[in-house]
Amino acid sequence: MAIASPHRAGAHRQGAHRQDARGDGLLAAAFIAPALFGFLVFLLWPTLRGIYLSFTRFNLLTPPEWVGLDNYVRMVNDPIFWDSLRVTVVYVVMNIGVQTVVALLIAVLMQRLTQSAFVRGIVLTPYLVSNVVTGIVFLWMLDTQLGIGNQILGALGFGHIAFFGSKTWAIPTIALVNVWRHVGYTALLLFAGLQAIPKDMYEAGRIDGAGEWRMFWRISMPLLRPILALVLIMTVIGSFQVFDTVAVTTAGGPANATNVLQYYIYGAAFGRFQFGYASAMSVALLIVLSVITIVQYRLTKAGQTDLG
Amino acid sequence: MALATPTKLGAPSPATTRTALTVRRRPSPGRVLAWVLMGGVMVVTLFPFYWILRTALSTNTALAAHPSSLLPVDISLGGFARVFGLQSTKDALAEGGAGGSLHFWRYLLNSVLVSTVITFCQVLFSAMAAYAFARLRWRGRDTVYGLVLAGLMVPAVFTLLPNFVLIKELGLVDNLLGIALPTMFMTPFAVFFLRQFFMNIPREIEEAALLDGAGKVRVFFRLILPMAGAPITTLAILTYMTSWNDYFWPLMVSYSDSSRVLTVALSIFRAQSPQTGVDWAGLMSATLVAALPMLLLFAAFARRIVNSVGFTGIK
Repeated sequence: MAIASPHRAGAHRQGAHRQDARGDGLLAAAFIAPALFGFLVFLLWPTLRGIYLSFTRFNLLTPPEWVGLDNYVRMVNDPIFWDSLRVTVVYVVMNIGVQTVVALLIAVLMQRLTQSAFVRGIVLTPYLVSNVVTGIVFLWMLDTQLGIGNQILGALGFGHIAFFGSKTWAIPTIALVNVWRHVGYTALLLFAGLQAIPKDMYEAGRIDGAGEWRMFWRISMPLLRPILALVLIMTVIGSFQVFDTVAVTTAGGPANATNVLQYYIYGAAFGRFQFGYASAMSVALLIVLSVITIVQYRLTKAGQTDLG
Repeated sequence: MALATPTKLGAPSPATTRTALTVRRRPSPGRVLAWVLMGGVMVVTLFPFYWILRTALSTNTALAAHPSSLLPVDISLGGFARVFGLQSTKDALAEGGAGGSLHFWRYLLNSVLVSTVITFCQVLFSAMAAYAFARLRWRGRDTVYGLVLAGLMVPAVFTLLPNFVLIKELGLVDNLLGIALPTMFMTPFAVFFLRQFFMNIPREIEEAALLDGAGKVRVFFRLILPMAGAPITTLAILTYMTSWNDYFWPLMVSYSDSSRVLTVALSIFRAQSPQTGVDWAGLMSATLVAALPMLLLFAAFARRIVNSVGFTGIK
């Protein structure tokens, strides 16, 4: 790599300010200072502090009070926590399941039909608006009385559905709404992966008489696997952190049916001022996400590629 | 691309699967079906945007009377007037608004301020750090870089609570600076992204400038930064969009108009529905105001944004 040349560069005549072999210490310190400050104060310190707070009772007004594992004991015995975790997992499975399949379909369609940046642009458009905008628009389109969704259902002879208001529909609805916003982005990632597959592989496949369906399973999928695995890890982690859409559309209801983990944590902290307990649940989420990442990485061998 | 060459293959191979045949004939059923699917995807993608516009241009009374009309009903700009506080309380109530005061100019300004400050500072500081990691020689460099990269592993939401505690201790709650601070200095991704690029700039170019007597600071600002114009623009656009669309963090930090950004204002607008039902026309007007700047930004930089998705995907 480029780092390998310090001696050579240092040995140059006195072109630069510093020709001593010790490097650019002062300058580097100045260049790195703002970013390092931000990293230490707003990323590393909060991470450690979050873990520390999970062992305390803390209401924001009085100093945190060390309570050992109390918050964790309470968490394990908290049925709402477990229900919230269950709701989150159901959400993630629906969201990621549908999103991955649809994104793959879109990516393959784009790869085999058109390279047009215009088409890709349209597919990406929902990703540019916020979750809040997305949530509110679908709240309106899926309104039980006036929403165009239910108008269409009505015209087709079905009854109206309370998409966000019924315990059965709320989670699938939110999962699909978030698919709408993220599927284009995921498709573009997979599309980029597909583009890396040499075209002559498909030529060869066609000469051998393979159809599109066979080529998808025999060429695209195996070669896309490492990218697909990385995309899966990324999207699953993102999906577990769902908050915005829930906060805007259902506020955790009806009857906790959409009380996803991040929403429950937010309520514990800002609704009931139990920052210690909220931190403990955050740590739990952090652990869940780390385990998922490691397991997924191992299972799919995300780092490897058959293209060598 | 690959589909364009079927005729060259001459005699068809004995394959008889339907999909294989579809590739060969000109407007084959498979291809037509694929385009129909693609068209369906685009309609589903774009319809909600049309629906925002259609609703924003209608009145609430007409929306209730003609819920299934595909066109705007009783065209009116009343929704926008409410959003920008241009309508008297009486008129607002009469048109199905909440009558509460909303100052979307203020929220728009707040969003612009926060996103601009975050983007400018984050990109500049991250670029400086990335240069120090990529090109300067100093002790402990690789260790520090490793630590920063490890920051990629921490999910965004984990630092929100402790950061809120910190911002509160600093007395910056309900302050625009409080919203900007945590992401103003760097993100591990930005540093990683730019370092990758700086590593690939040929060292010879830099050395030539150094031999000409330019200092490294000068080389960075006059040579390296301009050369990295494309990735820096890409990063800046992505950062701007991310901070513009952020909701969770500003929701924690802002409590009043003075620091309210558009995403938070939207959710409050949605929550303060009048007795008569939700003010959908007003809400969709507000939604359009919140989404439009990003859509315009996208229209201006579409190709760059679309092409960047492949390699920024590691995010």
